Amino acid sequence: MDVEAKVIEIIAEQAVLDVSDVSLESTLDSLGIDSLGLVESIFAIEEAFDINIPFNANDPTESDFDISSVAAIVRGIEKLVAEKA
Amino acid sequence: MKRVVITGAGTINPLGQSVAATLHAMQEGHCGIGPLDFRDVDRLSTKIGGQIQDFEPEAVFNRQQLSLYDRFTQFTLLAAKEALLQSGLVFAGELAAKSGVVLGTAGGGVSTWDDNYRAVYEDGKNRVHPFVVPKLMNNAAASHISMEYNLKGPSFTVSTACASSNHAMAQAFEIVRSGMSPVMVTGGAESMLCFGGVKAWEGLRVMSRDACRPFSATRNGMVQGEGAAVFVFEEYDHAKARGAEMLAEVIGYAMSSDAADIVMPSKQGAARAISGALENAKLNPEDVGYINAHGTGTTANDKTECAAVAHVFGQHADQVMISSTKSMHGHLIGGTGAVELLACIMAVRDGIIAPTIGYEEPDPECALDVVPNVAREVRVDVALSNAFAFGGLNAVLALKRAS
Repeated sequence: MDVEAKVIEIIAEQAVLDVSDVSLESTLDSLGIDSLGLVESIFAIEEAFDINIPFNANDPTESDFDISSVAAIVRGIEKLVAEKA
Repeated sequence: MKRVVITGAGTINPLGQSVAATLHAMQEGHCGIGPLDFRDVDRLSTKIGGQIQDFEPEAVFNRQQLSLYDRFTQFTLLAAKEALLQSGLVFAGELAAKSGVVLGTAGGGVSTWDDNYRAVYEDGKNRVHPFVVPKLMNNAAASHISMEYNLKGPSFTVSTACASSNHAMAQAFEIVRSGMSPVMVTGGAESMLCFGGVKAWEGLRVMSRDACRPFSATRNGMVQGEGAAVFVFEEYDHAKARGAEMLAEVIGYAMSSDAADIVMPSKQGAARAISGALENAKLNPEDVGYINAHGTGTTANDKTECAAVAHVFGQHADQVMISSTKSMHGHLIGGTGAVELLACIMAVRDGIIAPTIGYEEPDPECALDVVPNVAREVRVDVALSNAFAFGGLNAVLALKRAS
């Protein structure tokens, strides 16, 4: 599965945007995804790739998982998928 | 308006299986949180909680009772037994006809749902026990108390997530204060520590995997607990006439709704509930010595709650002690306000302030006197108990030393 395309698809759906409106440079904030939307996105990504993402909503910036941009999320997922394989 | 006093209290929770044991544990700063022990716990990422240990339902209830009592009902009945025994009340005639029971619970018979869904979905069974519905319904505990003690007046169950018990006790207080009933049994219970109950909470990503550290800069989420507390709210003259021991006086309350977000707390909504309780109890901020915080240990709750308290109390905010006993017993969800009222009774009656344990590092956004780690002896006249629920529904109670 193309990680980048799938992650963008999930984030776009959460943000109610077209996939073409979501770029690697986008931040979740700029896409209008709030804390609940973030938790839902992470759930959808975990389901899509059958992985566990280390993320605690109490401290999103200090979790082991970088969510500062779409690119960072894609990199993180690729790493988790590789570790699983 | 009638005055309302508490003439009985009972509990079972992760800190103890009686009021005396619980208050002793709070004074000592004990932690009732530990590894969870139930079926499929290995499939959870949250493996800690305030689970009641050394409790054998089979030793307390007979087979027929167990077929009707979910764990939350068992807890409630045990707490009620202690409370009613202490009150010395026996309900007959007009007293029975007018007295009732109002309880809070968020989930009711969660483990009954869990067990029976497992039976039909996972085990493929096509038949469940005939009493599944009367066992799991949220009002089961209130109904069993009414049957056990012959309470025939206004009786119901309130469900407002983490504020359920406070809303329930506010209703019971109002019913007695208005003169509708001379006695109301009230409080709440929760028992969500089963696979499905914890799995559902895990989804929100707000649970700590190591400890509940309210107000500490190092806090990383809430920890669930289970249990119940039940109180006897009695009209003052009724209690005085029979020479009943008064544990504390309930003097006011307020309820508010944030009308904002389904999970994020609101400073304005919390502040309106706190200031409303002061007004309802005819108190000035300086009259309050102790606040039992909602203090869940999540980033969002604790800073919002501190901001609300600072806003309402102004200059006096630095003088008022505020602690979260959830650090010791965990978050009992719908039952939490009831167990936490015990800390308020201890404050006004015994002059002992329960600590916030697990406190490691100050957070500038929680810059109040949170009674870190060690209990304190301070004479306190008035205490507040905060509860702010998911869904933005808030309820705050005010308690005063009995006189």
